Amino acid sequence: MTAIDSALQPAHDTAHGHHAKPSGITRWLFATNHKDIGSLYLWFAFSMFIFGGVLALCIRAELFRPGLQFWQPELFNQFTTLHGLIMVFGAIMPAFTGLANWMLPLMIGAPDMAFARMNNWSFWLLPPAALLLLISFAVPGGAAAAGWTLYAPLSTQMGMGMDLTIFAIHIMGVSSIMGSINIIVTILNLRAPGMTMMKMPMFAWASLITAYLIIAVMPVLAGVVTMVLTDRHFGTHFFNAAGGGDPVLYQHIFWFFGHPEVYIMALPAFGIVSHIIPTFSRKPLFGYTSMVYATSSIAILSFMVWAHHMFTTGMPATAQLFFMYATMLIAVPTGVKVFNWIGTMWQGSMSFETPMLFAIGFICLFTVGGLSGVTLSIAAIDIQLQDTYYVVAHFHYVLVAGALFSLFAAVYYWFPKMTGRMYSEFWGKFHFWWSLLWFNVTFFPMHFLGLAGMPRRIPDYNMQFTDFNTMASVGAFCFGLGQLIFFANMLHSLRHGRPAAAKPWEGADTLEWQIATPAPYHSFVEAPDLEVGENGRIDAMHGGKHH
Amino acid sequence: MACRRVLLLLTGWSPAVLAANVNLPPPVTGIAQDIYDLHMLLLYITGGIFVLVFGVMFWAILRHRKSAGHQAKHFHENTTVEIIWTLIPLLILVAMAWPATRLILQQKSSAGAELTIKVTGYQWKWHYDYLDDGVAFMSHLATPQSAIHQVAARGEHYLLEVDQPLVVPTGTKVRLLLTANDVIHAWWVPQLGVKQDAIPGFVRDVWFKVDRPGTYRGQCAELCGKDHGFMPIVVEAKAPADYQAWLAARQKAAAANLEDPNKVWPLAELMARGEKVYTQNCVACHQANGKGIPGAFPALDGSAMATKDKPGHIDIVLNGSKKNAAMAAWGKQLSDTDIAAVITYERNAWGNHTGDVVQPKDIKAARGGKA
Repeated sequence: MTAIDSALQPAHDTAHGHHAKPSGITRWLFATNHKDIGSLYLWFAFSMFIFGGVLALCIRAELFRPGLQFWQPELFNQFTTLHGLIMVFGAIMPAFTGLANWMLPLMIGAPDMAFARMNNWSFWLLPPAALLLLISFAVPGGAAAAGWTLYAPLSTQMGMGMDLTIFAIHIMGVSSIMGSINIIVTILNLRAPGMTMMKMPMFAWASLITAYLIIAVMPVLAGVVTMVLTDRHFGTHFFNAAGGGDPVLYQHIFWFFGHPEVYIMALPAFGIVSHIIPTFSRKPLFGYTSMVYATSSIAILSFMVWAHHMFTTGMPATAQLFFMYATMLIAVPTGVKVFNWIGTMWQGSMSFETPMLFAIGFICLFTVGGLSGVTLSIAAIDIQLQDTYYVVAHFHYVLVAGALFSLFAAVYYWFPKMTGRMYSEFWGKFHFWWSLLWFNVTFFPMHFLGLAGMPRRIPDYNMQFTDFNTMASVGAFCFGLGQLIFFANMLHSLRHGRPAAAKPWEGADTLEWQIATPAPYHSFVEAPDLEVGENGRIDAMHGGKHH
Repeated sequence: MACRRVLLLLTGWSPAVLAANVNLPPPVTGIAQDIYDLHMLLLYITGGIFVLVFGVMFWAILRHRKSAGHQAKHFHENTTVEIIWTLIPLLILVAMAWPATRLILQQKSSAGAELTIKVTGYQWKWHYDYLDDGVAFMSHLATPQSAIHQVAARGEHYLLEVDQPLVVPTGTKVRLLLTANDVIHAWWVPQLGVKQDAIPGFVRDVWFKVDRPGTYRGQCAELCGKDHGFMPIVVEAKAPADYQAWLAARQKAAAANLEDPNKVWPLAELMARGEKVYTQNCVACHQANGKGIPGAFPALDGSAMATKDKPGHIDIVLNGSKKNAAMAAWGKQLSDTDIAAVITYERNAWGNHTGDVVQPKDIKAARGGKA
């Protein structure tokens, strides 16, 4: 109690009137309010989602039919590379950080994020990084074209676009590490009295564990791209076999980052879904404790499976077996989560507003990606599927229908709390069914393409692959079009939506729904006293001031 | 076509449909067959899990909905159920891991090979070296650029055809030793059930034993730069007697083709040969018109290097560029005659009319006497 009191004291002192809501450009440039910064993150992530999406459509346009139509192979490789980097580092990760910024303090009863100024800095690092990636298309030699994995020694061959990419990765890495420090300190130090760790909402748990993962692996990525940089310019030979280096070392280091990164993009999604499913089932989350343990074990296991991305590099049989068994094990806690969600829905009283639709879509399609993941984990089979369109299908099921669908679910779910207005339910549902249909038209055929023998990252293909590629391209353009519906709905509802109630969802029971809508600019300047149940359910709230 | 496939998929999940370009291609080795079978097993298990789990979920969605007047029950844990749904997946995984482990050990046992071939990946072609038989050759994409750029019609094996396939005997355990010259490539022929990265500085091995004669096609599977999509692999499996005949013919041809390094070639002959070498090796970056790609690959047409600086020109072709790693050291890949021919070609093609003739002995001299 005393620690929290002293932590809150400054906020309390300054809160008496002389901190009016800033306006104009300085409100955003010098933003220290977690809600403003959260919004900045979300807008940034959405614009990167559009940018990365346009690159994806450039790829699909070229692959619409065999032969080279629009781009030279070199430019095509730049598109695939930047599409991956931008979606991972520009869209998905910042979107989750934005949501954490917006919702964590509201969920745990904190006045703001722990380090408000660092929060500003971690956001404002992102636009320059994105700019570096954008202008890299215009430099001699073009943007990086070695795939988002930037495998050496191919990445040592590229022009200066690769250097810009490396710097962009450095900057984005610093940004996400600072964002993570903020999340960890906020959760560990700023919970309101009564909000104990094992009562905390799942989204807080997921953000906490994700933040630890980010701090553990982003430096590893920064290290490995720096090694590429020194190989390129300063005469080192980390990855140059001719100088005694080891090209496979790059892959080991990269995937030591890369596999936890997969969960950095998946765990927050699990957290979000663990709020939405109980809310719209009007029933508490099934197996809260096992959810916390499952999330933690996934995080720990994620450090032990990296080499399953490298089964074709020629590892010894023992290494293949170890990484295969470890990878298969991840299916157990992941399965527990899926069963828990279904256990939550079982005997509930469900209704199907847009967030619930996206959450259910998430569970189904994420599981498809999980099951193809089990197939890929079998090293013997992976020999056939590694680096084919099957893998492309697999990770888009996990990242688009997984991470992206959960983000849509989250934005629809919390939109009323953020803006004070309701979105259009009709267009929200339309957005869901449209996305669901075209997502599957785009990505399901890719399983067949991969099995039939189409490698990934190629700009042209044999005619036997034409049908499914055409189908995927049509699907991709329709899917892309559907996201404009989302944008229009959000934009219109922001101004003209029906005013929202403080608790627009009947079954919602976490702390953010206990305060006014839209959330006051300075919420919980004085910590409330809480009686909390599992998954952040608020049984009673005493005190707590906002303005 | 696409519609017909989808209809087929919807109407019946029969093995015949599965074979029609939606599944792994027909296996021709024991390993590939085992992979095929294991994948089918996994497909049935995971498919079954999906149907079962989501059957339960959709049942709940149908019955336990507010609009159907269902009241929520407020249970939120059940230790027995949670233990059961942790243990059952674990057992299923063990059941999958068992056959997978046996297959992996089999894939890795390359001992006792009867024929060893060294495979080297280059940007963007494959080199095959029959280590014990003195036969070695480069295998290039045979599809013409005009077909890729939609000028000419595309044949059945568009992008999956090469000038010289890898020829192997059937019923023989063939071991490949894989490495690469520049970046990482991956040698993949789906019907053989073989995919192995070719990594510079390392030698990795894989093996296969083809059961029946035929032509089997694959592609490079690891992104290796600009023309990653244009370096196919073709394996021709011949009955042992046919294979021996092929090998003898190759050996004879190799002996006959041994060139006199001191022969003095006339310009026209060098130009004709140089154009061939250029088309196989240089055209991907410097382009057929010699204009290169601005910003990425320098033009040769009218460049100072290709019109004035002859020693510099020979040096960069032989030893590669120090500034741009994409320019390989061709001295390791091409013969003196080929290098002399291609340099002569570059100095006299397009708008370059230098009249320079570079002879094989010039290249030999530039190598410092070392071949």
